[in-house]
Amino acid sequence: MNKSAKLPRELKVKPIKNGTVIDHISANRALNVLKILGLPNDKSKVTIAMNVLSSQMKNKDIVKIENRELDPQEVDKIALIAPNATINIIRDYDIVEKGKVQLMDEINDILKCPNPNCITNTSEPVNSKFYVINKKAIILRCYFCDRIIDEKSIEFRI
Amino acid sequence: MTFSQKNIISIKDFSKKDIKYILRVAERMEPIARSKETSNLLYGKILGMLFYEPSTRTKLSFETGMKRLGGNVIGFTEAAGSSMTKGENLADTARMVGEYADSIVIRHEMEGAARYVSDLVDVPVINAGDGAGQHPTQTLLDLYTIKRIFGKIKNLNIALIGDLKYGRTVHSLAYALALFNVKMSFVSPKELKMPDEIVHDLNKIDVVARETENIHDVLDKVDVLYVTRIQKERFPDPEEYQKIKGAYLINSELLKGTDLIVMHPLPRVDEIAYDVDSTPNSKYFEQAFYGVPVRMALLKSII
Ligand SMILES: [Zn+2]
Repeated sequence: MNKSAKLPRELKVKPIKNGTVIDHISANRALNVLKILGLPNDKSKVTIAMNVLSSQMKNKDIVKIENRELDPQEVDKIALIAPNATINIIRDYDIVEKGKVQLMDEINDILKCPNPNCITNTSEPVNSKFYVINKKAIILRCYFCDRIIDEKSIEFRI
Repeated sequence: MTFSQKNIISIKDFSKKDIKYILRVAERMEPIARSKETSNLLYGKILGMLFYEPSTRTKLSFETGMKRLGGNVIGFTEAAGSSMTKGENLADTARMVGEYADSIVIRHEMEGAARYVSDLVDVPVINAGDGAGQHPTQTLLDLYTIKRIFGKIKNLNIALIGDLKYGRTVHSLAYALALFNVKMSFVSPKELKMPDEIVHDLNKIDVVARETENIHDVLDKVDVLYVTRIQKERFPDPEEYQKIKGAYLINSELLKGTDLIVMHPLPRVDEIAYDVDSTPNSKYFEQAFYGVPVRMALLKSII
């Protein structure tokens, strides 16, 4: 058998024509990023790479979404679980916009309060709300019950 | 002062200036609370009381305060453990009462319930205790008691004793006392120490509290012993509980020769012996009465 012919080919993620590439997502968080973006859906083609080697971090995830440009609010949400992520907006194979995610001061709706006795964990019609107290090492405070949570205890609502 | 229509949810929403203002108004309310004067300041006004948890003392003092000012009360108290099981949700009830009344007082077992209600209604909301969360009117009446007895709060030496881990009153009180530059001591069994977050928060504003397990370390230094109950459920070993209970029991023997005052948020069970009641040290019944003028001051200021 000819060895050289059978060398495994490197898996390459095809460049996309139009859409968004989210790079440098903290390893194994890609699926959470998709959840924040309401993906997958019928309209968008999504490519995911998880736990790939990065020069900057040990391991990272990458998400490519065709034909969708993220709005600032979506970017803000991503910041919460992937604080080092970069957002590249692609038009006609060119990066037209490149930026790092930024954490907002207030996070509404998307998180679950870890305090089981918090009013947000009842059947009341109430959305969760957290204040961002520290952006470097993520620390949040529940607006309702004052519970302090760190990155490890971040839990998303369904 | 801009207290009109203000929600009273957490003591942390109060500046030192706010607290001093309420304590000053409370002092003016005291003759009315004692029925030496009459008032119609809140004539024609209605206070809606949503007590999803029974709390006789808190409820009666709000009711008394409102009526002493010529106002009226509506509302309900649910039996222990019965709330949330039947029918209407909190949001709908609160919105309805918000339409009927000029202010709402709520006690609820879920943390954040008062903040939640205050976002739903147009009238000012007072938190009368939300589970293990906040109980700001208790803190204000504690401060008022100290100020009434000593004529000041500043520079006093105050020890918080008992369950400092789970007791919400001591958390809010420690925070408020820190605003007044008091010397604080935390006395508790090591299992029930003041949570690190609170000690950390106090340190951040340069307040250092002395922590000890031994009540005798503070006895001859303090002006105030603020006693809280140590609950049996916190100790899986009944023998250990008995030992702890004995070590933190306040009785007249212990207080002999001191001129400190003993405070307690009440109800007490057996952490303060009955023989303390008749000593000049005991101030907890007086403290309970001060709940009335303090709540009157709040009602008068927000409605
Ligand atoms: Zn909460």
